[in-house]
Amino acid sequence: MLALEGVCAGYGQSRVLEAVGISVAEGEAVTLLGRNGVGKTTLLRTIVGLHPAEQGIVKLNNEDITDFPAYKRARKGIGYVPQGRGIFPHLTVEENLRTGFASLTGRAGGERETIPTYIYELFPLLNRVAARKGGVLSGGEQQQLALARALVAQPKLLILDEPTEGIQPSIVQQIEEVLREIRTRLKIAILLVEQYLDFAWSIADRFYVMRSGRIIDEGNPREREPGSVIHWLNV
Amino acid sequence: MWHLPIIAGQVFNGFSVASILLLTALGLALSFGQMNVINMAHGEMLMSGGYLSYLACKFVHGPAAFPCALLTAFAGATILGALLEVSVIRWLYGRPLDTLLATWGISLIMQQGARSIFGAIGVEVVAPHWMDESINITHGWFAGLSLPFIRIFIILLAVAVLAGLALFIARTRWGQWLRAVHQDRDMAGALGINTKRVDLIVFALGSGVAGLAGAALALISPVTPTVGQSYIVYAFLVVIVGGLGSLLGTTLAACLVGLFSAGAQMFTSVSFSDVLLLVMVVVLIQFRPRGLVATRSRALKEA
Repeated sequence: MLALEGVCAGYGQSRVLEAVGISVAEGEAVTLLGRNGVGKTTLLRTIVGLHPAEQGIVKLNNEDITDFPAYKRARKGIGYVPQGRGIFPHLTVEENLRTGFASLTGRAGGERETIPTYIYELFPLLNRVAARKGGVLSGGEQQQLALARALVAQPKLLILDEPTEGIQPSIVQQIEEVLREIRTRLKIAILLVEQYLDFAWSIADRFYVMRSGRIIDEGNPREREPGSVIHWLNV
Repeated sequence: MWHLPIIAGQVFNGFSVASILLLTALGLALSFGQMNVINMAHGEMLMSGGYLSYLACKFVHGPAAFPCALLTAFAGATILGALLEVSVIRWLYGRPLDTLLATWGISLIMQQGARSIFGAIGVEVVAPHWMDESINITHGWFAGLSLPFIRIFIILLAVAVLAGLALFIARTRWGQWLRAVHQDRDMAGALGINTKRVDLIVFALGSGVAGLAGAALALISPVTPTVGQSYIVYAFLVVIVGGLGSLLGTTLAACLVGLFSAGAQMFTSVSFSDVLLLVMVVVLIQFRPRGLVATRSRALKEA
């Protein structure tokens, strides 16, 4: 459903992405691996529409969305959980969740204004803190809120930028379970950037490895050992 | 000579000046806080509001005239603001100096336009008859105090607009989107919020409220091509003192500036009270550089 062909992007004079081509099929979980600074986050931002592609094509369901602004891509079904979580600090938890409804504008049932109950089943915590401001939550709580908010938008593809970064182990486990749930029960495709290799390896159907702005390896985690890519990741 | 009624009268005048300042500054604070846009043509929105209400009163007579004038001023200035955003401001986001220059040019064009159409001499809007009355207090400590209905009306108008805006921002879907864009523009876009549309609405709404200020001002003084210019400086002071993008801060600052000017004018001339006002603002900024009500947030610091 998502396909990138020869995408180049950068900041000013410096190129960060060099002719990147990746794809994610419907319902598929794909992980993008690589060291810090190789362009993973820039690639995700280019897909979401927050960073312009200088060359190349971004396609969603065979539609060229390269020139679409971020909000249109969100309405087409791309959900995004950024690094740093992107919680609105002065909106309450419930209001944060409600902003996800903006993506439903123009879709069937888009005027609905109640948060689906399965959101609170996946994240029981959010029910308890619904009236608190997003900015006062802990990192783990914010991560769950960011995931839940992305799900409110009913995406077809969920893009996650290091969801386990800087979060205590017990909540990491919880987030892992939720992601598996999203994949198996909600059948949402996932594109995951992750440093935590074991987790990425266990959830993904396919992996890509990036190095200085290029895809240098790809494969199926079932057929390969994590050890075969680890030299690309360790410093 | 320091009679209570004189002081109370000055306080009352201060509040009515503060009301006009508040209506003018609200739009500035919103667009400045939201989009980092300094709109030098904002004063001309106030001026347009004044002229529009003058025109409305020329064509509509009777008791409907004044409500009609308010409505025309608001709607007209809103449309003007929207046009300005779509044709100029939108293309200059992230270039504050260019925006400053462009809007200044637009302000000069609008002033000259008004001068060519309506003449350099001000036009009068005749207030409805019921506003000619005033509440006169003849007994007690405040004997001699007179509160004109016009000024009471202006204060009530400002309170109503403020309450309306606060409700819009706190309760409606668009208000919630507005806050989201204000706090994290990228994330708001990635969640499906049309950030450009939100910017347009904020800008148009701010202009419309300035138009209302112009219509209110037209009740107490003639509308001239330069009326906007004389208020824009104070409105900027209010925004700076109040802190960016905060309704509460803007309100407090408008009251402070209005009351301070009115108070200082009891002791000294108008121009020297301006000097005192600026000195006060300079001193205040030393202690609260981000304004009276500063929004503190990691997300906002980068903006």
